[in-house]
Amino acid sequence: MTDAVSITTAGGGTQTSLLGRIGAKAEARVIPISVHLDLTWRCNEGCVHCFLDHSVGGDMDTAEVKGALDQLAAAGAMFLTLSGGEIMLRKDIFEIVAHARSLLFDVRLKTNGVLIGDGEADRFAELGVREVHISIYSHLAEAHDAITRVPGSFALSIEAVKRLTSRGLAVEIRVPVMKGGANYARLRALAKEVGARILYDPTIIPMMDGDRTPVSLNLSPAERAEFYADPAVLIGLEDDCAPPAPAGEELLNGHSCGAGHLRCYISPQGDVTPCVQFPLVCGSLRRGSFLEIWKSPQFAEVRGIRNRDLQVCSSCSSLSSCRRCPGLAFQEGNMHGASSQDCESTYFRTKVPTPLYPATDLDPAPERHPPVSGQFVPLAALLPAPRDGMHRDPAAY
Amino acid sequence: MSMYIAKSRSIAARALDGEMIIMSTSDSMLFTLNEVATEIWLAADGRTPLSQIVQDKVCAKFEAEPEAAYADAEDLCRRLADYGILVISDQPIESAR
Repeated sequence: MTDAVSITTAGGGTQTSLLGRIGAKAEARVIPISVHLDLTWRCNEGCVHCFLDHSVGGDMDTAEVKGALDQLAAAGAMFLTLSGGEIMLRKDIFEIVAHARSLLFDVRLKTNGVLIGDGEADRFAELGVREVHISIYSHLAEAHDAITRVPGSFALSIEAVKRLTSRGLAVEIRVPVMKGGANYARLRALAKEVGARILYDPTIIPMMDGDRTPVSLNLSPAERAEFYADPAVLIGLEDDCAPPAPAGEELLNGHSCGAGHLRCYISPQGDVTPCVQFPLVCGSLRRGSFLEIWKSPQFAEVRGIRNRDLQVCSSCSSLSSCRRCPGLAFQEGNMHGASSQDCESTYFRTKVPTPLYPATDLDPAPERHPPVSGQFVPLAALLPAPRDGMHRDPAAY
Repeated sequence: MSMYIAKSRSIAARALDGEMIIMSTSDSMLFTLNEVATEIWLAADGRTPLSQIVQDKVCAKFEAEPEAAYADAEDLCRRLADYGILVISDQPIESAR
């Protein structure tokens, strides 16, 4: 029985890793192996770039959430992200996490950490939460607090990171990067100091209701060029920044993201969509079962979109490198089309002009070069797709 | 001496088309078990001796010599225990940690 078990460290994966194979298998069998469940959109911070309307209520109650988890487990979901809003505003958060763990979900939490004291950290450790993501916007308290609009929030969030890592939980500091940029090296040093991983995310997305105001907070072209030139950002991103390989048949017959194929999103009100940033409501758990929704015509349409059918992207020379987000394209009006934000990011990442970002002499991205030849290896699309600039760390999945 | 096996509490797990996927929540190591190992894993209730599990879940379902199957199963269980995702004991296990 020497081949009875295959083992990999979740932090050491590559495209051919066990994780990728699991993702491919789930996708082939249309199993929603990864689910992002927002427990509330209420929040105790007021981040300037947030894509949620915190005034929307009607959250599922404890029994509804537990029922949803039961259905998800039965459907084959394993990787569960509990997020918000701020999950710690739910008085039943530990009851929900305990139920998820009793169903043997791999649980990851997204929180600002402000309400995580020693007792809360102890409880999450006891329950077997594997990973916690906490957003930090700067290594400077005043800069962080200016974004959250809560004085003292930086100190509380950092303390939460320390409390969690000291109890053996994996913590990832998420850095939404926006206008003005950040000191990426100092942030990386801060993460190391508190025992956390770090992930930069330079894509500020529109609000779920379509309001594109937050998009104006994105990095300027010059700042984006600086971002992709910063050594503290580029660690682990070497392959992502390489010139794109030509698109082969496998890529053209594939799709750009696992949203709707092997993962989905559930809102606090029970609406099911392909992804948190792909607000195509395919059904509600308050009016139907999860599997009915997962098998709905809306999800089928999302799954039916192949790269070769994309109206702009199919002929793009950067197709193999682009992290086209169908949700961002959807929010720009056409989920069969391109996402201008991804076109821009791909250009600055690879230095190769893209259809919606053809570049001009005024653009600061230097050293454009043509695509190189080579065999395309499809990325393993398993869990929340990294946006541009986010390196895929399988442990985050 | 009998061996008893129980799943660790520090795991996440799901069956995916006959293959068991296991994530260690303590160190983020990921495992998959093949069909035979999955049968043993599923039967790891802390109360049933491994010899009984091998007889009922391995020899009865797969072509296997009992002695060789038990030796392989024991080796598998010790390896999984080394990784902290399975608990083994020479006594029935009340509550796996």
